[in-house]
Amino acid sequence: MTLELIWFLLWGVLWAVYFVLDGYDLGLGTIFPFFAKSEREKRVLYNAVAPFWDGNEVWLIAAGGITFAAFPRAYAIMFSALYAPLFIILFALIMRAASFEFRSKVDSDGWRKMWDVFQFLGNFVPALLFGVAFANIFQGIPFDADGVYYGSILKLLNVYGIIGGLFFVINFSMHGSLWLSMKSDGEIHDRAIVYAKRLWPFTVALAVAFLAATGFYTDLFVNYQKNGMLLVVPAIGVTALLMVRIFLAGGRNHLAWISNAISIFFVIMFGIIGMFPKLLPSSLDPAASVTIFNGASSTLTLQIMLGVVAVIIPLVLLYQLWAVKLLMHVVDDEVLDSDESY
Amino acid sequence: MDVVMLSRIQFAVTIFFHFIFVPLTLGLSILLAIMETMYVRTGNEMYKRMVKFWGKLFIINFTLGVVTGITLEFQFGTNWSRYSEYVGDIFGSLLAIEASTSFFLESTFIAVWFFGWKKVSKKVHLMCIWIVALAANMSAFWIIMANAFMQNPIGYKLVNGKPQLDDFIAVITNQYGIGIYAHTLTSSWMVGGLFVMGISAWHLARKNEVELFKSSFKMASVFFFIFSLGTAAAGHHQGQIAAEYQPAKLAAMESHWETGTNVPMYLLTWPNSTNTGNVVQALPIPDALSILAYNNPDAEVIGLNDIPKEDRPPVLPVFISFRLMVALGSFFPILGFALFFWRKKIEEKTFVLKVLPWLIPLPYIGIMLGWAVTEMGRQPWIVYSMLRTSDAASPIEASMVVWSIIAFTIIYSFLGVLDIYLLRKYAIKGPK
Repeated sequence: MTLELIWFLLWGVLWAVYFVLDGYDLGLGTIFPFFAKSEREKRVLYNAVAPFWDGNEVWLIAAGGITFAAFPRAYAIMFSALYAPLFIILFALIMRAASFEFRSKVDSDGWRKMWDVFQFLGNFVPALLFGVAFANIFQGIPFDADGVYYGSILKLLNVYGIIGGLFFVINFSMHGSLWLSMKSDGEIHDRAIVYAKRLWPFTVALAVAFLAATGFYTDLFVNYQKNGMLLVVPAIGVTALLMVRIFLAGGRNHLAWISNAISIFFVIMFGIIGMFPKLLPSSLDPAASVTIFNGASSTLTLQIMLGVVAVIIPLVLLYQLWAVKLLMHVVDDEVLDSDESY
Repeated sequence: MDVVMLSRIQFAVTIFFHFIFVPLTLGLSILLAIMETMYVRTGNEMYKRMVKFWGKLFIINFTLGVVTGITLEFQFGTNWSRYSEYVGDIFGSLLAIEASTSFFLESTFIAVWFFGWKKVSKKVHLMCIWIVALAANMSAFWIIMANAFMQNPIGYKLVNGKPQLDDFIAVITNQYGIGIYAHTLTSSWMVGGLFVMGISAWHLARKNEVELFKSSFKMASVFFFIFSLGTAAAGHHQGQIAAEYQPAKLAAMESHWETGTNVPMYLLTWPNSTNTGNVVQALPIPDALSILAYNNPDAEVIGLNDIPKEDRPPVLPVFISFRLMVALGSFFPILGFALFFWRKKIEEKTFVLKVLPWLIPLPYIGIMLGWAVTEMGRQPWIVYSMLRTSDAASPIEASMVVWSIIAFTIIYSFLGVLDIYLLRKYAIKGPK
């Protein structure tokens, strides 16, 4: 039981880390067409995330892999039920990757414009659909005890799903603006901060709407009513989001980004903890829900995987942090003129 | 068509497309690491320009390898949910280990390597590319060990009708997997070798950067020759493993129907279309199949007639793929030897220089054919003798799969064309 509980939390943590990290890529790509006008500005935005998007995306692969390894039944039903949105997300991520790699390789305006469209869609669409998908998972999706799904992509676009999607899009956009403020200087840097400041009230409004809708459409708060101590998780999420504005006012942009990262992490964990012990609630038949009791792998698999993850994930965090520090320089003319820039 | 067939088509399309990029990543990463080692050891700037030139091609190729891989990981869930639930306990953990041990290393250190020329010392920079090469080649190990469980399931116990992990060491030392791994690595390294030689030849024919490309060529010729022999040896071993663990696959590879000893190999063979026998069978080499499969002319080789019809793989495509692969696999050591032999005066062999760029696709084709044999030869099983492919697909609408196949085909064709265009463009452009 303890082992399953640890894995349940780890499962949530991996998804949360993915959203913290890829969130800023997805967000920066979302504001891309509104923010970047000149060719130089566009290149600054591309190069602000170019060294990082791949490393960030691996957290998605890790989260998917861990879902498969620790909770195969959840993996099987989650991805077959969400077939259409998942493939749309994957197609978008493929085109996003290609836009980074291919855009700078041919000197033609039409070519660059085409990849700029894919850069936007490749980031905006996953941001939106991840939000829609997770909101739907929080409120339960219609599948029976055999794992057969009875919904459709249109049914995912319900009120709560849309609030979740918008919340992801706007929060990630702010997250990306904050990232850009750290990776740029001059006018772009200043405007990135203006963007973050303008997006902040919308993020707060959507966070409030999301929490209220969560109470209305889902059972997530039941766990929090049972154990009031757990309320500290959403409380940290909300506090960190409020702190973003304070740090921004004080000109401490790094702290503002970190604060928003903490906020994203705890908002995801708020949902995950609220679902416990379910990984995938069924809205059709509560008994069909995938839980840590009926969905977990064998004890031996969970033990071995825990050993692997306990050693590897801290190491990954260390060397990724080293790489980020190394490549955290401002994207200035010198960077843009170098061979390695996009 | 039903969901099973459609999902098989989709999986074939996506994995073949993914595997256009993977072998070059595996092979070229090692060659890059060797080139950069030469640079750090000698301090010769020519090697640095060499690394940068091949590195650019490497990155164009690498990116598509990464993103087309993500789709595959999720496709087990989207299209093969019954399978995923059945084998998740074992198969899923190998996939998770692959992601957490290899993909993080690859993605992080390739970024430092590519963007960090001025940020880290020469030695740290060199370390980065070695880590990328090792991590890429290690990732192949985990995914192939996962595949090996489908070929030769071991290290499990059945609990409530499902395989549950019993012996992790057995799972990751699966002989079937070790065999495939050796065959995959050696053939992928061959891809890297011929890729470098083919592009070098193009430039040598035009007397561009002769020193740089001759040096690249020499390195790659040694690499290609050694691993063309390695591929042949590993391939032979692979056949013997099939004989031991999947007699139906071996029989399909050879289109061999009658169980017996002292089995010959027919040079001229053609299976019929009903999966029941051969139309043509002539020019026997006595005892050859018995010797190839078991190193013993008296060995008994099981024929397809002794395998129930519903348990037979589709013989015709397996047989054709196998013969073509063997033809290529026999050609490569000859080509490898010739190129190795000529490496010091290759710029004089104008005909060879002209032909060589056109040969770059051949090892790729060989690898694709090999996987077609391995995977189609395992049919009708998704997990050999345990779970049928027909019982493994997701309970989803066929129309959804049609829709995703169409989308995949459009997107992948588009990217494939652009990728080849860009590789060609930057290969021809040469080092600045």
